[in-house]
Amino acid sequence: MINFSTVSKRYESGQEALGGISFDIDAGELVFLTGHSGAGKSTLMKLIMLMERPTTGQVLVGGRNLSRIRKSQIPYHRRQVGVVFQNHQLLFDRSVFENVALPLQIAGYQSREVGRRVRAALDKVGLLEKEKHNPITLSGGEQQRVGIARAVVNKPPVLLADEPTGNLDPELSAEIMNLFAQFNAVGVTVMIASHDIDLITRLDYRVLTLHKGQIIHDGFLPKGDQHG
Amino acid sequence: MAKSGARRVERPAPEKNNGPGAVQAKTSIGDKSRSYWAHHRSSFISACSRLLGAPVQTLMTSLVVAIALALPATLYIALNNVQQLGDSWDANPKISAYLNPRAKEEAIQEFIEKLRGYNEINDVEYLSADDALRDFQLRSGFGETLSELDENPLPPTLILSPTKAASDPDTLKRLGDRMLQEALIDDVSLDMEWVRRLREIMILGKKIVIALAALLSLGVLLAVGNTIRLAIENRKDEIIVAKLVGGTDGFVRRPFLYTGLWYGLFGGLLAAVIVGLGYMSINQSVQRLADLYNSGFRLQALGIEGNLTLIGLATLIGLLGAWLAVSRHLSQIEPR
Repeated sequence: MINFSTVSKRYESGQEALGGISFDIDAGELVFLTGHSGAGKSTLMKLIMLMERPTTGQVLVGGRNLSRIRKSQIPYHRRQVGVVFQNHQLLFDRSVFENVALPLQIAGYQSREVGRRVRAALDKVGLLEKEKHNPITLSGGEQQRVGIARAVVNKPPVLLADEPTGNLDPELSAEIMNLFAQFNAVGVTVMIASHDIDLITRLDYRVLTLHKGQIIHDGFLPKGDQHG
Repeated sequence: MAKSGARRVERPAPEKNNGPGAVQAKTSIGDKSRSYWAHHRSSFISACSRLLGAPVQTLMTSLVVAIALALPATLYIALNNVQQLGDSWDANPKISAYLNPRAKEEAIQEFIEKLRGYNEINDVEYLSADDALRDFQLRSGFGETLSELDENPLPPTLILSPTKAASDPDTLKRLGDRMLQEALIDDVSLDMEWVRRLREIMILGKKIVIALAALLSLGVLLAVGNTIRLAIENRKDEIIVAKLVGGTDGFVRRPFLYTGLWYGLFGGLLAAVIVGLGYMSINQSVQRLADLYNSGFRLQALGIEGNLTLIGLATLIGLLGAWLAVSRHLSQIEPR
């Protein structure tokens, strides 16, 4: 589903964020991406989102070579990739419902279909009764769940999450991770960047560890192992 | 990799809705175009309600548009009226031939008959010295003063109406020159002279109005552009989120283009009101003045067509200004 082959990324400032990494993530996998801040996690996700282009190498998502996607085609690629951000990126000038509905409106769904899907997504994250609230009135954990609902509302085959539990306490973090696991269980390919090693070790999933732009570990963490 | 493959076996088979490409497959082309127009409609309406939600700011920008457009529109009306004034004379040019005051009545009648034979001349109207004086007393309001004069200062006059074919300035001039050769005629005045000058002045005036309108439209373009730039700046978060979840440039652009369109439309409507109020405020004075000059002249308003053109142009300029701002600033806002 996501294939990197010798991908490197050097920013204009000269900083090398990724140094020729290769890996494959199959459809339906859930993978943690871990490493210190500055290890290249965000860059890697930005490449999948086409927010950045690699300096060398190729990125394939769903079999499509991203280097062949022209600028005008980027929006259509992004509709195939749901993203959850640490800072939620919610809009506080509209209700929870409208925030979640945005990707559907952009993709051109009929309003009845929008309503149905938004409620289904909100129900999934347990916020159905808050659809009319402004997201600013919600707690951090609830805001993050709105962000997740928005990321999955148009059922993208790939879901990315950049530090989704960054500001949450362990209990809420576990809840959020459980949500991701549920989406993964219905076939969505999920990639979660996180440095919450404790949480990652407790969950039994494949882990990619980045260090200074290189993959230094790819596989399952033995319980109690503290990579990264 | 092998390990991850093995893991997948443990998971339930993916629901068919979640497969790659399912998103695109579920919206038909008909749905897409319906929702495309639905987004146009909702952008159109929400842009308007956003503007009405900030009435002071909206009024200010619309007034800038209105004032900048009302000025050339007013000048345009003024020009049209002056032209109309000129045209009413232009249509039937006349030659006034002032006769020798001592000319005998019989000689004059004979001369008139001769002139009627000219094929350039359609009609000859004879105004004897007494007729001329009476007419002048009636029209000018100098009645009392004039009756005190010992002698009639006015010469007998022939008013020659040329045929349509002879009405162009050059033929008229030649006819006038020929009249001057006649023994009975002391002087000739062509009504055409000042009409020709007026026409030149009008052409100049129109050029000035066009230049002014172009300059002020550019001003409007920049004013709307700047307002839209601020709107883009204010809604930066929204633009970033829309781009992140797959909003096309067109989707992101649309609300701002409609905002510009609304500013133009409001400005155009206000300009029409300003011009209309201006017209109403001077119309009566002009009418009284025209009556004093015994003229049937009436001030022409912009009219329905003119008003619609004004509003249409304003809307177009608003849209263009927004386009300018959007194409310059929107591409700079990308998710980072």
